[in-house]
Amino acid sequence: MAQNSPQTPEQASEPSSFRLAATLAIAGLISGIAIVGIYELTLPTITYNKAEELKAAVFKVLPGVVEMKKYQMESNGLRIRNEKGGDERTLYGGYNQQGEFVGYAIPSAGPGFQDTIGILYGYIPAQRKVVGMEILESRETPGLGDKIYKDLYFVSNFENLSIDPEIVTVKKGLREAPNEVDAITGATISSKAVVRIINEGNQRWIHNPENRIPNHGIPLPEKRNP
Amino acid sequence: MATPTTPYEEMMKGLWRENPVFIQVLGMCPMLAVTNSAVNALAMGLATLFVLVGSSFLVSVMRLLIPKQVRISSYIIIIATFVTIIDYSLLALFPKIHKELGAFIPLITANCLILGRQEAFASRNGVGRAVMDAVGMSMGFLFALLALGGVREILGDGALFGINLFGPNFEPWVIMILPPGGFLTLGLILLFFNWITEKRKMQQLKFQLSAEKV
Repeated sequence: MAQNSPQTPEQASEPSSFRLAATLAIAGLISGIAIVGIYELTLPTITYNKAEELKAAVFKVLPGVVEMKKYQMESNGLRIRNEKGGDERTLYGGYNQQGEFVGYAIPSAGPGFQDTIGILYGYIPAQRKVVGMEILESRETPGLGDKIYKDLYFVSNFENLSIDPEIVTVKKGLREAPNEVDAITGATISSKAVVRIINEGNQRWIHNPENRIPNHGIPLPEKRNP
Repeated sequence: MATPTTPYEEMMKGLWRENPVFIQVLGMCPMLAVTNSAVNALAMGLATLFVLVGSSFLVSVMRLLIPKQVRISSYIIIIATFVTIIDYSLLALFPKIHKELGAFIPLITANCLILGRQEAFASRNGVGRAVMDAVGMSMGFLFALLALGGVREILGDGALFGINLFGPNFEPWVIMILPPGGFLTLGLILLFFNWITEKRKMQQLKFQLSAEKV
């Protein structure tokens, strides 16, 4: 330890400040190069994984969908987004085998019990119904809050759920109306958070007239099938 | 503590006699946080093994080049670099495990077990010994993580490595997966370890006494 230094009489051999700074600078430089290297090396795989995960989620929340397109909401309406990534005005359109538009996969996020919960849910405008929900990101309590994606009964609540006037959580077993969700016993806060996040998504994309998504999405340019 | 002589002993001391968790009680934060399942414990243990062996090797190689005054900052730079490497590698290769371990991967940097080995061992010993020590210590850490993760998953989830053990009629003890379960299990394991050590000491004492009588 540093306090031991008085016992060494040859204090004269103490390295210069320049050497101390140089050591740290070199260490930082080498470390920086290593980090940039590993970042560059893994970036393609990481981006690919994320895209695949999202694609799988879109197909999961919109039953019967085999193709998806990324949409961007502009002031004059929707357009297909070809750039990578996405922002809060990005959502996804799903198409069935025949190339017909089925519905939207809407990303939405908000605070959960521990940290932000990121959700993707499927919405069919023709029926005004949520037809699937997938948790993309969550740090809810293992064993309790994580039931929002591990409890298949809870997830199945979102397979045929009316969005009007808004989705509400009820105590488990009391679900009656088509817009009600059975909360998870012991994880009420997480259950309510999921519902609130979906309601916020609906508020932004469906109930808000300035930003409303059209009922028919964007038709695919033309069928590629011969 | 008797000093081990052969490289093999250097390694084995970390597993039991100087086990970083059960004897030195280091690295408690990841120990309690990520041991809610055996898979998480295994991943955390292997990540720590990589970081500890890598940094012990480098620190030992550079021990004569690094001036004493900046050694701690240099060690941290070395450790943090290895942590970043394992962080990105896990994210690319095993995104699911990375998601489960979350913030605890970057926090390996702050695991006092790792910095402790650099300061106490790698910076004072040759490369071979430093690596053996690091392997032993991380195996000891991995062993402890698995012991805790295994017990907690079996009781709290009725499964081990995700394989269901007791069938559908088992009601899992959810508390074991939650933080209190971590404290309880760790406390009991530490109790067990201390009990064994105590018993051994008593036996040795008895043996000495009877030898003196003769």
